[in-house]
Amino acid sequence: MKKNNQKIALIIAVLVFFIYGIVGIPSGVSGKALVESLTKRIHLGLDLQGGAHLILEVKVVEALNAETDNAVQAIQQSLKGVGMNSVQVVKPNPAQPQTIQVSGFGTAQASTVRSTLEDKFANQYDIVGGGGDSTITLTMKPSEITALNQKTVQQAIEAIRDRVDTLGVSEPVIQQYGLGDNQILVELPGISDLDQVKQIIQATARLEIHAVVGGPYNDEAAAIAAQGGSIPADDMVVHGSGSMVTGNDADSIYVVQRVSVVAGSDFRAADPGTDPNTGQRIVDFTLTNAAGDKFYDYTSKNVGQSMAVIMGGHVREVARIDSAIRDRGYIRGSFTPEEVTILSKMLRTGALPASLEYLEDRTVGASLGADSVREGVTAAVVGVLVVMIFMLIYYRGSGINADLALFLNLVILLGFMGFSGSTLTLPGIAGVILTIGMGVDSNVLIFERIREEIRAGKSASAAVDQGFAHAWITIVDTHVTTIVSAAILFLFGTGPVKGFAVTLTFGLLANLFTAVYVSRVIFDAHLNKLKSGEMVSI
Amino acid sequence: MGRPPEGTNSVELFRGVTIDWLGKKWYFLAFSLIFSVAGVISMAWHWTHPVGGVRSPVPLGVDFRGGTQVQVQFRDQPDLAKIRQATVAAGIRDASIVNYGPVGNREVLVSLPEQQVETSLDAGRQQIQDALKASFGTSFSVRNVQVVGPTVGRQLQKKAGLATLYSLLGMLVYLWFRFQLIYGVAAVVACFHDTLITVGFFALTNQEISLTVIAAILTLVGYSMNDTIVVFDRIRENLRLSRRETLPDVVNRSINQTLSRTVLTSGLTFLTVLSLFIFGGRVLHGFSFALVIGILIGTYSSIAIAAPMLVAWQNWRGSRGKPAALPAAKRARV
Repeated sequence: MKKNNQKIALIIAVLVFFIYGIVGIPSGVSGKALVESLTKRIHLGLDLQGGAHLILEVKVVEALNAETDNAVQAIQQSLKGVGMNSVQVVKPNPAQPQTIQVSGFGTAQASTVRSTLEDKFANQYDIVGGGGDSTITLTMKPSEITALNQKTVQQAIEAIRDRVDTLGVSEPVIQQYGLGDNQILVELPGISDLDQVKQIIQATARLEIHAVVGGPYNDEAAAIAAQGGSIPADDMVVHGSGSMVTGNDADSIYVVQRVSVVAGSDFRAADPGTDPNTGQRIVDFTLTNAAGDKFYDYTSKNVGQSMAVIMGGHVREVARIDSAIRDRGYIRGSFTPEEVTILSKMLRTGALPASLEYLEDRTVGASLGADSVREGVTAAVVGVLVVMIFMLIYYRGSGINADLALFLNLVILLGFMGFSGSTLTLPGIAGVILTIGMGVDSNVLIFERIREEIRAGKSASAAVDQGFAHAWITIVDTHVTTIVSAAILFLFGTGPVKGFAVTLTFGLLANLFTAVYVSRVIFDAHLNKLKSGEMVSI
Repeated sequence: MGRPPEGTNSVELFRGVTIDWLGKKWYFLAFSLIFSVAGVISMAWHWTHPVGGVRSPVPLGVDFRGGTQVQVQFRDQPDLAKIRQATVAAGIRDASIVNYGPVGNREVLVSLPEQQVETSLDAGRQQIQDALKASFGTSFSVRNVQVVGPTVGRQLQKKAGLATLYSLLGMLVYLWFRFQLIYGVAAVVACFHDTLITVGFFALTNQEISLTVIAAILTLVGYSMNDTIVVFDRIRENLRLSRRETLPDVVNRSINQTLSRTVLTSGLTFLTVLSLFIFGGRVLHGFSFALVIGILIGTYSSIAIAAPMLVAWQNWRGSRGKPAALPAAKRARV
C-alpha cells in the first residue's frame, strides 16, 4: 500500500515535471498566457511557421585559388630575397589550383632554391624536385586543403549569419549541412521573399582591389596585343560593368594584377555617404590596421597609377591613386540608394571568402503553415478522442486506466520536446498521432493477456501480474524495432522527416513508462480497493 | 477456453476462434499475387513513360526529381488554359500546370523540370512569378515554393535508398538475434511484400513519392515487423509449452490466440491514421495514404505471409530429410 503511494507520488512528480517542460512557468493562467509560453518552449518547424529554406554550396576552390595566389607572391618575394630575381613562379594548371611550379634557375642554384622553399613552405606544401631538375613543384598537402575548406565554410557561415541578422529574423538556422561536402543550410522562419534573402546573401560577393596594369581596352584582343602578345602569368583580364567606369554602357576590358592589394576581410567598416564634391552616392570604407599598412605601402609607391575595385569578378570602379591612402577611402559608382546600403552592409560584415551556389530553395507561406497547424492538430485531437472512447467502451473500467496512461504519454512526449528544444514539424504531428495508435497497442497487449488469465480462472491480482509479465517482452520487442526504424530515419532524413523520427522515438520511450509502470500502479491502486473475490473491470 | 467468471460483461471480439489460417494460404497467396502483379505492371508502365526526362517506377515528388514547383492560390477559380497562356507568353516552355487539392481551395501547381546547371536554379521560379503577375496582377498568392537542384535531388535519392536498406538489414539482424534466422527471413519477406504492394498502390493511383512518403514506408516496415513479432512470440511460447502438436496446429492456434489483440491494435492504429488521412490536409496526404494502406497490409502479411513461410520452411527441410529447424514436430509430421 505504502509502496504504491510512493509510486503514485513519483508519477505525479513526473507529470508536473513534464508539464513544466511544455509551458515553462507561464505568466498567468489565461488561455493567451498559456499559448504564449507554449510557443516559446516548443519550436515550430518551417512547414508550420512559414519561412525560407536554402541550401548553398560554398565554392571552396575559389578560396584555394586565392590562397595559392598569395603563396605564389610570397615565394617570389622570398626567392628575390636570396638573389633569385629571374625565377618564374606559376600555377601551371588552372584545374589544379593546389600546384605551384618554380622554374627558371640553373642546376647550380637548384639546391638553394629548394632549401629556401623548404624553410618557409614545407609545412603546408609537399615539395618535389630540385636535385638535377630545373623545376620544383609545390603541392598543397591534402590535410591543409581540407583544413582550408573547412575554414572557408565556417567563415561563410559567419558572414551569412551577420548578414541575416540584419533581416531581424528570430531564431534563424545557419549551419553546415551534412548531405554533401561544403554545404550550408539556411532556414529563416517568417521570411517568404526569397529574392530579398538572396540579395542579402549575394551569390558572388568577393570584393577586391587590384593594381591596374593596362586598360581600358575595347576587347580582349586589344588587351592581349597591348601586353605583347600574351598575358603574363601574374596578370589577368577582367571586364568592367557599370557606366561609371567607361562613361557609357559599353563593356570595357582591363588587365590587372592577379593578386589583390586588399580584399574581403581587410575591410573593417563601410558606410553609405555622399561625395562632398559631386553629390554622388559613395561608400566610405575603413580598412583594418594590417591591411592599412599594406595599402599605404602600395599606394605610396604607385602614385599616378590606377587601381580597380573588382566585385564578383567585374570591375566596378577604376580610380587613380592621387596620394598615399592608409586606411580610409571611398568607392564611387552609379549606385542607387539601395545598392549603396547593401554594398556597405556587405563590406561591413566582411565579404564572403568564396562565392556561393544555390542547391535548393523552399519557401512555405505563412498561410499554408497556419493551415498545416490547424489540420495537424485537428487530426491529432480526433485521433486521440476516437482511441480514448474506444478504450472506454471495450475495456470499461480498465479503459480509464489506458486513457490516463495515454494522456500522460502525450504530456511526457510534449515535455520532452520542450526540454530538448526539438522542432515540431508537420510530420512530427503525424508522429504524435502514430504514437497514440502504437502506444495504446501496449495497453491492449496487457489487457488481452489479463482477460485470458481471468478466463483461465486466475484471481484478480494474479491475472494482472501474469498479464504484465507476459506482455512485457513483446512490448519491448515491438518498441525497439520501431525505434530502430525511427533512428535510421533521423540519420538519413532531412528537417521535416527528422521531426517525425523525434516525436515517434520520444513518444515510444514515454510509452514504455506509461503503459507499463503507470498502468501497473493504477491497477495496483485499484486492486487494493477490491474486496476478495471481486474482479477487475476489464 | 474456460467460462468467463461471473459478472464480466466484457465486449469481446473473437472469443474462442478456431480458424484454420494455414489452410487458407492459397487464397492469401492469390490475393497478394493479384495486388503485387497489378502494382508491378503499373510500375512498369510508369517506368516506360518518363515524366520530364526522369525515369522512375512511381511518380516522384519534387525532392527526388528536382526542378521547380510553385503552389499558387487564386482569388477566383483558376483557368488552367489562361495560366498556360501566361507562362508561354513569358517564354516558359515546359511548365506543367495542374489543379491541386479540393476544388474549393482554388490552388494550382506550376512545375518546371530540373535545371541541369545549378547556376540557373532560381530563374524558373522568378519567371513563373513574373508571368503570373503580368497576367493576374495581385489576384493570386504564392503558398509554397520548392526549387531543388540536381545535386541535392541525387543525394536525397541515395540517402532514401540507404535508409531503406539499413532499416531492413537492422530488422533482420535484430530478429535473428531474438529468434532464429528463419523467423527473421520470414518477417523481412513479409515486410518486403508490404512495401511492394504499398508502392504499387502509389503507382496505380498516380500519386507522388516524396521524402515524407519514404518516412511513412519505413514506419510501416517497423509496424509490420511489430505485428509479425507478436505472432512469432506467441508461436515460440506455444512451441515451448506443447511438444506434441504439429507445427501447423501450433501456428494456427497462436494466430487465433493473438487475433483479438492483432485486430484491436491494428484497428486502433488504423483509426488514428485514418483521422490523419481525412483531417490532416494535403501536405501529408501521401504520407497518410501510405500508412493507411501499409497498416492494413502489414497486419494481413503477418498472418498470410510470415506464418505460412515458417511452416513451408519446415516442410521443405523435412522433405529433404533434414532435422526440423523449429522445436516442435520432432518427427517432422506435417
